[in-house]
Amino acid sequence: MKVLYFAWLRERLNRGEDEFDLPQNVTNVDELIDWISANDEAAELAFADKNLIRAAVDEQLVEHDFNIVGAKTVAFFPPMTGG
Amino acid sequence: MGNILSPKNAIVVKLQSEIFNPGDESNQFIKQADGGGAAVTFTGLVRSLADNPIKKMTLEHYPALAQKQLENMAQTALERFGLIKVKVIHRYGAMYPNEPIVQVMSLSAHRQAAFDGANFIMDWLKTDAPFWKFEEGENGAEWVAAKTVDDNAKDKWK
Repeated sequence: MKVLYFAWLRERLNRGEDEFDLPQNVTNVDELIDWISANDEAAELAFADKNLIRAAVDEQLVEHDFNIVGAKTVAFFPPMTGG
Repeated sequence: MGNILSPKNAIVVKLQSEIFNPGDESNQFIKQADGGGAAVTFTGLVRSLADNPIKKMTLEHYPALAQKQLENMAQTALERFGLIKVKVIHRYGAMYPNEPIVQVMSLSAHRQAAFDGANFIMDWLKTDAPFWKFEEGENGAEWVAAKTVDDNAKDKWK
């Protein structure tokens, strides 16, 4: 699975994307955040406040309980500030 | 009051890094009025106020999702307000004070639908289109924080 990071998440992680083979017990967005954080100190800090994390699965905005099994791309980013 | 154009012609969404000319865009949009009686055009500019002077703003975006979200918003507005056509231009990359960032244009038979359509798209765009502002000013550089007022503005359309 490809995981993308944007804005200050990308900066704090010092990379724009990861490629992961996820264990079977990681089935939704929230579990993916916990799994990434558990394996990476920078990610643990960057994802510390989950209220500030928005997610998209295969180019669809989703809540953190959204199922990611079989998804190709998950993107994480802060609240949006366009316009 | 249905749409007089097919949906594929009725919606245009452009993401670009280049600066655009809001007046030229407005004129072009209005010139092809297709019989509609009301056009609303909104231009968002790079803000730089005395209490927070900005030197440069950089807009990061998620291209595929941004295109899709803006098209969805335009389509929703078209159907909800019975618009004839909608055009949205949104820039990304580096830009400077007074430059245009975004232009939303709506055309309808009567004015209220055109006002509401443009307003609706802007309110949704603020919170649901994947763009992030990074501002560099005299006092340093920072990612712009999302505003609660923008969430409230979006909620009024529910």
